[in-house]
Formats: sequence, C-alpha cells, structure tokens
Amino acid sequence: MFVADKYDVIVIGAGHAGIEAALSAARLGCKTLLTTLSLENLAMMPCNPSIGGPAKGHLVREIDALGGEMGIAADKTCIQFRTLNTGKGFAVQALRAQADKKIYQAAMKSVCENTENLDLKQLLIEEILTEENKIKGVTCETGETFLTDAVILASGTYLSGRIIIGESIFDGGPNGQRAAINLSSSLKNLGVKLMRFKTGTPARVDGRTVDFDKMEIQRGDEGMQNFSFMTDTPVDNKICCYLTYTNERTHEILRKNLHRAPMANGVIEGIGPRYCPSIESKIIRFPDKDRHQLFLEPEGLNTQEYYVQGMSTSMPADVQIDFLHTIPGLENARIMRHGYAIEYDCIDPLQLKPTLEFKNISGFFSAGQSNGTSGYEEAAAQGLIAGINAAAFVKKTEPLILKRSEGYIGVLIDDLVTKGTNEPYRMMTSRAEYRLLLRQDNADLRLTPYAIKIGLASDERTKKFEQKSFEIKSATEKLNEIIITPSAEINQKLSAAGIGEIHNTMALAEIMRRPNVTYEMLEKIFELPKISEQSAKQVEISLFYSGYIQKQKELAEKLDKLESKIIPADIDYNSMQNLRVEAREKLSEIRPHSIGQASRISGVSPADISVLIVWLESFGKI
Amino acid sequence: MKNEDTICAIATAPGNSGVGIIRISGENSIEIADKIFFPANKKSLADFSDRKIIFGHIKNFDGKIIDEVILLIMRSPKSYTKENVVEIQSHGGSVVLREILKLTLESGARLAERGEFTKRAFLNGRIDLSQAQAVLDIIQAKTSTALDAAQNRLAGKTSKKIREIRSEILEVLAHIEAVIDFPEDDVDEIFTDDIRKKIFVQIEKISNFLKNKNSGKILREGLETAIIGKPNVGKSSLLNFLAETDRAIVTEIPGTTRDSIEEFINIRGVPLKIIDTAGIRNSENIVEKIGIDKAKNFAETAELILALFDGSKNLSEEDEEIFKLIENKNAVILLTKSDLPQILTEEQIKHFTNEKIFSVSTKTGEGFEKVFDEIINRVGNIDAENIFVRDEREADLLRRSLKHLQEAEKTAENNFGIDFISIDLRAALELLSEITGESVTEDVINEIFSKFCIGK
Repeated sequence: MFVADKYDVIVIGAGHAGIEAALSAARLGCKTLLTTLSLENLAMMPCNPSIGGPAKGHLVREIDALGGEMGIAADKTCIQFRTLNTGKGFAVQALRAQADKKIYQAAMKSVCENTENLDLKQLLIEEILTEENKIKGVTCETGETFLTDAVILASGTYLSGRIIIGESIFDGGPNGQRAAINLSSSLKNLGVKLMRFKTGTPARVDGRTVDFDKMEIQRGDEGMQNFSFMTDTPVDNKICCYLTYTNERTHEILRKNLHRAPMANGVIEGIGPRYCPSIESKIIRFPDKDRHQLFLEPEGLNTQEYYVQGMSTSMPADVQIDFLHTIPGLENARIMRHGYAIEYDCIDPLQLKPTLEFKNISGFFSAGQSNGTSGYEEAAAQGLIAGINAAAFVKKTEPLILKRSEGYIGVLIDDLVTKGTNEPYRMMTSRAEYRLLLRQDNADLRLTPYAIKIGLASDERTKKFEQKSFEIKSATEKLNEIIITPSAEINQKLSAAGIGEIHNTMALAEIMRRPNVTYEMLEKIFELPKISEQSAKQVEISLFYSGYIQKQKELAEKLDKLESKIIPADIDYNSMQNLRVEAREKLSEIRPHSIGQASRISGVSPADISVLIVWLESFGKI
Repeated sequence: MKNEDTICAIATAPGNSGVGIIRISGENSIEIADKIFFPANKKSLADFSDRKIIFGHIKNFDGKIIDEVILLIMRSPKSYTKENVVEIQSHGGSVVLREILKLTLESGARLAERGEFTKRAFLNGRIDLSQAQAVLDIIQAKTSTALDAAQNRLAGKTSKKIREIRSEILEVLAHIEAVIDFPEDDVDEIFTDDIRKKIFVQIEKISNFLKNKNSGKILREGLETAIIGKPNVGKSSLLNFLAETDRAIVTEIPGTTRDSIEEFINIRGVPLKIIDTAGIRNSENIVEKIGIDKAKNFAETAELILALFDGSKNLSEEDEEIFKLIENKNAVILLTKSDLPQILTEEQIKHFTNEKIFSVSTKTGEGFEKVFDEIINRVGNIDAENIFVRDEREADLLRRSLKHLQEAEKTAENNFGIDFISIDLRAALELLSEITGESVTEDVINEIFSKFCIGK
C-alpha cells in the first residue's frame, strides 16, 4: 500500500455538496482533501442554469447564514434575479436567479484554491478503507492511498452512473463525465445499502437558431435582492429568459414514439422524481393538458447554449429533434446537446444519523445527491452540515443538528434520516410545518448564532449580525414603550403620515399591526431608533404577523421539548417488552437520535413513545 | 412541566358504581373547572382551599344544570400528578359523565391519552418505578375487543365521512401548496373566495356532525329500546338481568314527565335507553295490566325492540299481536326461560317473523352473549344517515379541527395570503388525520403531483 498523504477529512466529489463540505471542514481547521474526477468541472451545474426558488432559495439563505459559500458565489455570478411569490406572504417569497454556469464554477474553484487547509486533487476514489467500523482512508484508481479520520461521500449522480438517450445507453456521469463504477462495490462491501435513482435533463439548443420573437420575454426584477446576507449591492440583470409552449403536434410525435421511450419500455430501472418528469411522462400522466410551458434559459454570458426547461427527455435523438421543431420559436432550432436520463446509485439515507454520519461506520459521512436528494441547493446544504460535523468528529466537539423549527436544512435532514425517500428528494415549503418561522428574510437571525459559535462566521458577518439584532431589539422595545393617546394632535400627525386615526390609547407596536403601516412612516412622527431597511422589515413582519408567528412558535416549542430528549445510542429496543413489535423493529432500524425524531417514524405510535419515555426516565437515561 | 396542556378524562372505569369521577390535571385545571362548576355559595373556585369538599352544580353554557356534584381541588405539587388537579364527582351515569367531560373539553382542557395521568405522575416524580411498570400495562392494555368490533362498524361510516371532509380540505391545501411551491409552473390560479366557499362547506359538515340531535346520537342519548311481551313473559326479569350484567348501571335521570324514568343499560359500550322502565319494573300493577296497548306505543317509537316470548308455553293470541307490532321494525326475538322445559320452538315462531331468534335464560344467563353480539351488530345498521362520533376523543378532535377551519376562514376573510390560510387548514387536516390515521405532509405532496403537472 502506497500511502501518499494523511488528512483529517477527505471529500469524495467536488459538486455543490462536496465543495461546501470541504470548505467548512477546512475553515474549521481540519486538513482537508477535496477530490474530483475532473478539476475542470468543480461546482458544475449539469442541469438547469439556475439557483433558488421556493424552499431552495430558503436553503441558500440558510447556507449563507451558517457561513457557507453558495449564496456569495451566486450573488457574484448570477445574471438575472427574480423574487417569486411576491403576491403572497413573506414566508414563501423566494429568490431565484439565473446562473452563468462557467463563471460560477470559476468563482467556486478560486475560493477553494485559496482556502487554507484545503487541497484539491483530480482523483477517482475506488475504495473506502475501514478498520473495525472506523474510517481509515481511501484508495484511488491510480493506486495511492490517503489516510484520514473522516470521509465525506458526495458522489452525486456519478456512482455507477448510466446515461440513456433512447436506444443509446452507456456508462457515464452527467455532461459527458466518467462514472465511478468501483466505488459502488466498495460501499456494498462495507455493508452500505444502495438504491437506484434516475433523473433527466433537457436538450440544449443553439441560440442563433432560435426565433425569440415568437416567445414571451421574461425579465429580471430590479433592486436589492441577494442570496447572501453579506452582499449589499443591487442586482445587475444581464439576460432575459423566454417562454414558449408545446402543442398538440408535439404531443402527437411523443405519443407515436412512446414505445421507444426508455421509461416506458423498461430500460430504465431507477426511480425518477415526480416534480421533474420528462416531457414524455407529462403527456402520459396529463393527457388532457393541451400544452406544457417551456422556458429557454441561457447557460451563460459567453455561450449560445440555451437550456430548454420543461422538456427533460430520454427519447432517441431523432425524436428529440422532431418534436423540438414543432414548438413555436424552435422550428429551426439546432440541438447542441441531447437531453438524457441518468441512472445512478445512491445510499439509503435511513442509514445516517442526523449529523449525516453513517450509524455503523464511524467517521464516514454522506451528503448531497448520493443521499437520494436532488437539486444543487439541497446538496450544498447537506455538504455544509456534513463538513461541519466531520470537523466536529475529528476535533471531538459537539455536532450541529438543526431542528425542524430552526431551518429548512433541519427539515431536509430530518426527513431523510427519519423517513427516508423513495424518489430523489426535493425541498418544498410544504414539507416545513413551521413555514412562517423559516422565512428567507430571517435565516440569519435563526442560524448565524450557530455560525458564530462554531467558528464559521467571518468577523464581518458577526459584526453585521450583531448590529442587526441590536437594531431589531431596540426598535421593538421602543415601539412597545411609546404609548399614544387619541388626542387631536396625535391623530393629526398620524393622518398626515397616511395612517388611520386611533380611538384608544395604544402602544406604537399596536399601530404597526395595521396593514400598510411601515416603520419608516412612524419614524417620521415619533422618536424611534434609526435602523437599516432590513432591520425595519424584520420589525414590521414580526409585529404584523405576530398572531400567526406566535401560534407556530408555541407549537414548535412544544415539540422542541421532545427534540431535546436524547436517546442513548446503545439502547436496546428489543429488551423493551412493552413496545409493540412493529415499533421495536422500526426503532431498531432507524435508531432515532431523540424522542422527537422517534415520534416522526411511521409505524411508531404515541403510545409507543410514552412507553419509550417512561422506560428511559425510569432508568435515568434522559 | 408548566407548558403541558391541561388534560381531563373520566377517571372511573366503566363498570364501577353509581359515582363517577372526572379528573382534570394541569396548570389551568382550576380555571377550567370554574367555567362549568357553580358552588352552592357562589364563590369562585380560586377562593377555596385545598382538599375541601365543595358542593355545587355543573351547568352547561346555556345555564342548564347537568348534575349535582362535589368537587375537590388539589393544588400543585400536592396532587397525584404534582400538577393542579380538580376532581368532579358526579352521579356516575355514563351520559352525565360524558356531558361533563365534554364541557371540560370545551372549556379548554384536552382529552388525556391512555395512562397520561399516571405518566405525568411518574414524570413529575410522584410515583416510583414499580408503579410506572403498571402504567406501561395500562398504556398497552387492549380495549375490549367486543366493544371495538361494534364501534369499528360504526366507525367505518364515520371514517368514510371524515375521510370525505379530509380529502376536500386536502384538495384545497394541495392547490395552495402547489401555487406556493411551483410559482413558475402552469398551476391554475387559486382564489381566496373559492377557498372560503370550500372551507365553509366543510365547516357546515363538521358542525352538523357535532350537533346534539344527530351526531353520535346513540352514544349520547342511548339507543331507544322497548322490551315488549305479554304479561309474565319475563320483562322485568330481563331488565333486572341486564341491569346486573351491566354493573355500570348508569344513572337515573329524571325525564321530562314526572312519572317516567329513563334507564340506561350499557351493552358492551352501547347504551340502551329502556323505554318506560318504571312501567316494566312495576309490572305487577301497571304495564302487565295495560298490556298490548302500551306495547304498541313503545314499538312505534323504539329504535330497537326486544320482543319476548315464553319458551315454556305455547303461543297465545297476545303473542300473535306482538308479531304484528314488530313487523318491519328493528326487533330481536327472545325465547325466554330456556332453563325450563321448552314447549315453544323456533320453527313455530318462524311462521310469524323472519327476525333472528335467541333462546335465553335470565336465571342461568344462557344465550345472552349471542343477543349482545346481535345488538352490537344492529347498532351498526341504525343511524345510517348520521355520522357516529365514536367517543369524546373523536368529538374533541372534530371540535378542534372545526376551530381551525373557522380560523382559516377568518384568515381568508381578512385577506391574509394563501400561505396564512394554509396554516390552519393544515392544523385542521392533522386533527382529522388523527381520526383516520393518515399522514398529512406526504398526502399533500402526493396530491400536488397527482393533480398538477409540475416539473422542469
């Protein structure tokens, strides 16, 4: 065995999960190695050229609040920004941006290359070495071994990847990359349970052959809208997207060729995501819909490639060309890359602890698409947590486990390790029970204290956070302190500021609960602290929606009590005769971290939880 | 344990004596009891010291007296659970107890889970390990299977109706969620007015279920049962036998008229309201003499008829009259006195009726298991149009989900965004799902993907 080097943490894969994992581990002082099949393809976006959207945008803001990189890189390199759901409540408003893929990659690579403690190497890892269920190191295709205390698997869709374009099927990773074939068997040898998932991507077309005049134009929104709490420059929208639709002729061609669709003819074994169906499955599942919308999104500023969102397909190349040409604006479009489906191995996330460490292999972590998720943002969020917890593992400090009431990241990981998933898991706001608490505008207030505590917040971030917290606190206090009476003078002032008159004595905070009353309006009449626009927004939201927010907080607090009841790792469920057999089996399989997690396992009843609590209390285990 | 809910339950097991106890435990138990208990000296409960026996009345929110009771206050930590505990001792009848329990729930308490008082007592350090072991047994103890069987039949209907409501709400919620989570997809717009209309329909439905007249009528008011038969056929023996078997003999509630007394007999959890028990009990001098005329009246109003024929004698003219009375009625034929030599055969009876026949003896108890099976079975077929609220737990869940629907409607009315409407819709759905045993989040997501074409 040739030992090339020794690291604290080794990350397999340099996609969105791997990068956040490596950066956070290195920033926390671990000697870290980030390995990738190709240094050209760090932080590659093999699917749509965009970041954010509902729940996903929330994740990016949380990553940023915790000291991750994705938000900063996106702000720097995105070329169009839009805020979605503006007509709805603050909790579901979300930023979505078009990325320049190449510039984004370059920015991320530069950050990695300039991070202390972090090495980048182009290596194909083929084997994970363990000793007595503890991580020992990794061995590469080229024969060298690297010793390490912790390994983070972030292999994306590369594990035994298989590309399918109609009848053409070959081993490979996304976007013409190699697949990692041998690593799958190494994992199996370690006793890791693998699943087979599938996903797909649409064709890219040559912008010079597209008639954009036949499509609806979609511009970005102007103003201040950033992923990162550290960015305070207005956005610079550089491109437009375009909207067009399929039609009956498109569907006709697809229907006629369904027997050649790998999905329909049994070539594809993997389970695909329901929210990302191929165009052929859309016409099968929704036969009554006479058109489906397609967005043309530029892949970057320096390329003519356009991503055709909504048209993911694994049809043979000739069919792809045929149906594409039925679409208004794409009649003469030339395909630059075909759409394809990709099948890959991922691990069953039920094998993981909420720290993202394998329950049975100490020091072995997994993050991202290899955990059965989909999406850049979901991957990055897990990467960040795996990196933080791998560092905690190496340094023997407290791991970071976010509660469902603290962040979408908490919801994401809890869902994965408690319920598992039977399709590529995508984050949605409807998965969060405390949506009103988990707003994108307050991600910093929720999570930056953790970043400060762990050591991932820069001095600048800490200072900014403390300033904002102080402003919100002092403004809220003042609003509660100032009591106004319905005198003629006060009412005159209120009317002048565009606020309705009052008829009772009340605190200013009470007035802020009225619709359309802003901090700025009150600031003009009363002696209130000068605070930033962001802080004012927080004060307004927390007062205006206080009834609903309070309701959710109370619910969350109730459940948090159960979250803080930790179950000892060595508990033997089979010795608890009072537990039902089904509950015993489920609990033994999932080995929940807390009573709270245990209560969310399907098949475990409230009565089982009572038994568990009484048992644990009676033996002084909690 | 300050933040825990205040819980309440009937503390006496069904089948105990004529006194029943409602126990309330938790921070707000005294305030909750204060809303429904009116002491004889008109003081507030907060003014009473611990462990004094307080006489008074339980009144419903319309001011109607439900029962005369005594009440005990045990303030934290000197109580069984170490929390504030209030115990209300009433006259024990299951109907009264249930009514008091309902009032406590409506005043802000939550129905206790099985073994929850003991669990709290243990968690608060009030009882030791061996006692805790007993808790585990309580929690895991199975409910009477016979009762389950009867209730499951009924619950089947309930569940179906609740499932319908649930799926209507689920549909609205999934639409809202689809609009929120996939703003760029081609999802139909959703209008607050439509949401309001749909919520309103469900509010109406649940309110109807919970309305006194229709919902859970049987459990609430008892199944109106007539015991008919010619003189000396054994009506009063049957009544006494049932009453003894029951042991949970329920209470005697003064009826609307002074001379009539309603009596409730508990058959495996289903209360039978025996019509004119006074008449039957005083059979020697009243009913037996009044005979057929009176029986006619009973048969008209009853939901269930127990028709008695003397197995030790031949059929008489009076018996044939009885057969006419029970035509097209919900009747069970009892062939009495099976401990005596039998003269009357089932074949003879089958000439007159198609109803099921059971040979019974109130002396030996023979045959009654089958009769009870049959009654429980029949209950499932009665009240078909009306939802059957299985128990207070179910009613409690329905009431709480109703409250959330009303909140959601208010949110919609006040024009808060659809994401705010979803908060209470989801809460209502969670509660309904507790009844039907389904999961919410997964179902919402499944509904989104089955109804809307979403995807890049």
